[in-house]
Amino acid sequence: MKEILVLAEHRMGELRDVTLEMLSKGRELAQALDAQLVAGLLGRDVAVFSETLKKWAHQVLVVDDSKLENFNADAYQKVLGDIIKKRQPGLTMIGHTSFGVDLAPPLATQLGIPLITDCVDIQLKDGAPLATRQVYGGKLISEVSFVGTPCMVTLRQGAFPVEESDLKGKIAAVDSPLTEEITCRKFLQYVEAVVGDVDITQADIIVSVGRGIREEKNMPIVEGLAEAMGGVLACSRPITDSGWLSSDRQVGQSGRTVKPKVYVAVGISGAFQHITGMSGAETIVAINRDPNAPIFSVAHYGIVGDLFQVVPALTEKIAEAKEN
Amino acid sequence: MDIVVCVKQVPLTAEAEVMVDDTGRDIKKERLVFDVNEADNYAVEEALLLTEKFGGTITLVTMGPESADKTIRSLLAKGTHEAVRLTDEHFAQSDAFATAKTLAGALKTIKFDLVLTGCYASDDGYSQVGATLAELLELPHATMVTGLQILDGKAKIERELEGGTHELLEIELPAVLTIQTGINEPRYASILGLRKAMKKPIKVMSLKDLGLTENEVGRAGSKTILERLSVPPKGEGAQILEGAPEEVSTKLAEIFRERGVV
Repeated sequence: MKEILVLAEHRMGELRDVTLEMLSKGRELAQALDAQLVAGLLGRDVAVFSETLKKWAHQVLVVDDSKLENFNADAYQKVLGDIIKKRQPGLTMIGHTSFGVDLAPPLATQLGIPLITDCVDIQLKDGAPLATRQVYGGKLISEVSFVGTPCMVTLRQGAFPVEESDLKGKIAAVDSPLTEEITCRKFLQYVEAVVGDVDITQADIIVSVGRGIREEKNMPIVEGLAEAMGGVLACSRPITDSGWLSSDRQVGQSGRTVKPKVYVAVGISGAFQHITGMSGAETIVAINRDPNAPIFSVAHYGIVGDLFQVVPALTEKIAEAKEN
Repeated sequence: MDIVVCVKQVPLTAEAEVMVDDTGRDIKKERLVFDVNEADNYAVEEALLLTEKFGGTITLVTMGPESADKTIRSLLAKGTHEAVRLTDEHFAQSDAFATAKTLAGALKTIKFDLVLTGCYASDDGYSQVGATLAELLELPHATMVTGLQILDGKAKIERELEGGTHELLEIELPAVLTIQTGINEPRYASILGLRKAMKKPIKVMSLKDLGLTENEVGRAGSKTILERLSVPPKGEGAQILEGAPEEVSTKLAEIFRERGVV
């Protein structure tokens, strides 16, 4: 394998964290394979990012085109597809992000190459990449191999640490192959998150509720605990999906990232999308009836039990502790 | 507006113990309950809302064993019109690409204006089939859709990005959209609906009906191979507080007090 290509991801003038995470992993693989690490940067007026990227890559390919101003899977597919056809990188890495999920499958299909998505690790086995993934909500791990190279992966956000780097890569401009605007798909605008009456990112104490609460009528049980602890109520995705709490209360990849002093996860199994948003809490307590729930691997204290019994008892004990 | 919804039956594992079987490549299924994949259920509801507004038929397409009929009937009971099940021993061990290829074969035999499917499957979680299908059918696509309006032959779409941000797009129809959970409130089937659904036919298609060869489907048509499933190594993990609810609550309240939380 001569080359590893990493697609730099950016949005609204900021490089996304996953970019340097991928390049860090890419550099490790490139070293092991004696390959060149190449960053692909597509956008408009993106020179500022190439200065950062050149520290993490041997080469930065910049495609600057006004038609690439905002992410468009079809435009990206055309540009990146041309680059891959020309350079034939043995491995292409794309973030497992909303953009990456939109782009990688059609791109790999067009190129006729294998794609493994949402990888949490890439190892080399006899010189060939072997992907590690989480399946069944993180309860099992799968190892998946590619039928031949070149191949493509999408990497999970936050799964790879960013390593310091100073490669002093070369920056090279690449002509955009886009001759006209993509018409079948048009970007209109971004809609940014709204902050509601409570900003959970500012809270010191969070009681967070998940699918285990089962019904909306049970919500007062966790509201009571939040109140007793002097904290705010937050939740995992199924609760906002059901409309029981507004989306500004959702913790996780598609919601908010919180770093409270205490995070009490009630009836939350701990899918990675949720864990991404709360693993930085100082103390994490998990209450769940499934002893194998992934939340227990990130929690500091765990109670394996029925939340409908544990939470009222805990609420009472905390109220008592406060009185004393 | 004629809509195809691609659905998948999955084991419900959120609260179940998941064990690897003797092959090391699959899970033990005996004690698991199966139902429609959650995001696919939202896709079905979105299709129902659209056909209620614009008319047209909804065709469910699934690849799976005969036992998937139970799930299919539960979705027919909600008011979807037709169902196609793709079943053939050659489809075994399909990866996401081979699955999309098989579905594409079936979709070429169906007339539609829109294809919907879930954006993520709760079992293997590739988030790959919908967008691959779009490429194979040479149709525009958008993934992780959290809002959808149809206007003048175009779809105005809201997509979920990270951190609570969304983007708005416009896409020409026909298109393939992958639906994110939370876009609507999936309805429950009525008893009457369930009774009617028991009588609805489910069309079964095999390899020969799809215009594909053995080499294009299943393991032979796959571009990736699942080598091994395993239980993740236990990390440090939580300190588990043991005892009755009363007892563990006392312990936890004490920990909170020591840390100055309460």
